[in-house]
Amino acid sequence: MQISFTLNGRPTTVDVEPATLVAELLREQLNLTGTHIGCDTSQCGACVVHLDGLPVKSCTLLAPTLEGATLLTIEGLEGAPGSNRMHPMQEAFREHHGLQCGFCTPGMLMTAVALATEKKDLTEADVRHGLEGNICRCTGYQNIVVSVMAGAAAMNAAKGE
Amino acid sequence: MKPCAYHQPVQIPDAAKLLTSIEDSKLLAGGMTLIPTLKQRLANPPALVDLSRLGSLKGISGDGATITIGAMTPHAVVAASKLVQAKIPGLAALASMIGDPAVRSRGTIGGSVANNDPAADYPAGVLGLGATIITSMREIAADEFFLGLFETALEAGEIITAIRFPVPLRAGYAKFKAPASRYALVGVFVAKFADGVRVAVTGAGPGVFRVPPMEAALSLNFDPSAIAAIKIDTDGLTSDIHAEADYRAHLVTVMAKRAGDAALV
Ligand SMILES: Cc1cc2nc3c(=O)[nH]c(=O)nc-3n(C[C@H](O)[C@H](O)[C@H](O)COP(=O)(O)OP(=O)(O)OC[C@H]3O[C@@H](n4cnc5c(N)ncnc54)[C@H](O)[C@@H]3O)c2cc1C
Ligand code: FES
Ligand code: FES
Repeated sequence: MQISFTLNGRPTTVDVEPATLVAELLREQLNLTGTHIGCDTSQCGACVVHLDGLPVKSCTLLAPTLEGATLLTIEGLEGAPGSNRMHPMQEAFREHHGLQCGFCTPGMLMTAVALATEKKDLTEADVRHGLEGNICRCTGYQNIVVSVMAGAAAMNAAKGE
Repeated sequence: MKPCAYHQPVQIPDAAKLLTSIEDSKLLAGGMTLIPTLKQRLANPPALVDLSRLGSLKGISGDGATITIGAMTPHAVVAASKLVQAKIPGLAALASMIGDPAVRSRGTIGGSVANNDPAADYPAGVLGLGATIITSMREIAADEFFLGLFETALEAGEIITAIRFPVPLRAGYAKFKAPASRYALVGVFVAKFADGVRVAVTGAGPGVFRVPPMEAALSLNFDPSAIAAIKIDTDGLTSDIHAEADYRAHLVTVMAKRAGDAALV
């Protein structure tokens, strides 16, 4: 079947088998391999993308759901226009050592950006509760939490709040 | 995933017709339970009937005495609903504790109640509040709906359209999460109405159940310490790698007290 949606700001039309997982569509048909697949059980969060602004697990989403929707993947995260910088959340992860091997990072970033967008004054408890669906096998989470707090503050600052 | 046919009906009768005419076809709501099952090939339906285009299944409304939540309403929407937060804060809190943000973006109340996982949260809220399950065919009282392990009163081709909750005087939910899955190892919902208290337990056994001795004690005196000494029988409770039956029985009392405390806040 044919599906039309907005992918990282661009109108996109694809021809897919309806039982295609969005993670497969992104990685195998659209060559957007920033979205990772870490488990087969919908638990690790490496595949998180934003569907109409909400965090979702792309490995647990069927392609027909995308019809008419807006999808943002890790490739679509960007810094202020013209700044030639990464998204403030990405900068914060680099600054605060929020990653080691980097496998979980795309999903962590997408979940973190959604958290910071949904709520202005994130507490550490909010961040830990919000990251419950993202598994990291390297960092022990401490620096991820520090990074998300810093990234959220930077996002608020960029919005002038 | 194996290829299969995909239908997106826009009317409830069309969805029901597809479901009954295609043998072994499955309704797809948020997919948070069904898609993992399909990925692991634990089920192989020839067709999926996607409920997402049925607009009438979404949304939350209230009339003072009740709140009605459409079957396709995601957990995150219930958790953030000002109406639910104002009228049944314990139910909004329950929704906010399900899974993780991505699961709450997609997973729906209808899917959760239809699936009746023995460790799911909503069945405790639905039974604890004595809600009514509204389907494409009839209305079913919560007390008649949950029949044990993944089993409900739903018939073939029957679609949940909404759940209607009576507004209680107070209500609270507390769960002890299984650390890896965040499902309830034990979860207890306590609701106080003018005519008495209801206590419903999930996670502890093969299906959600009520605890009459706790209901009686709290109906006399809505003080959580009134149930501190009430122990439930381990007979019929679940023992598995996560916890033995006697630990679960212990947790029922602890979580019931905490749910009572939450109801008093
Ligand atoms: C990582 C993870 C963590 C989770 N943690 C929790 C948790 O802590 N607590 C908890 O309670 N749940 C948890 N869940 C389950 C989640 O809440 C699911 O969303 C829910 O159980 C099913 O809802 P769904 O909308 O996704 O339904 P689907 O997966 O789409 O459907 C589930 C079943 O219900 C049927 N169905 C769906 N809608 C209807 C309807 N309207 N009428 C009749 N039948 C219908 C489907 O045919 C299917 O058999 C978790 C899931 C995941 C992946
Ligand atoms: S790959 Fe999607 S949750 Fe693990
Ligand atoms: S940095 Fe390696 S899994 Fe998180």
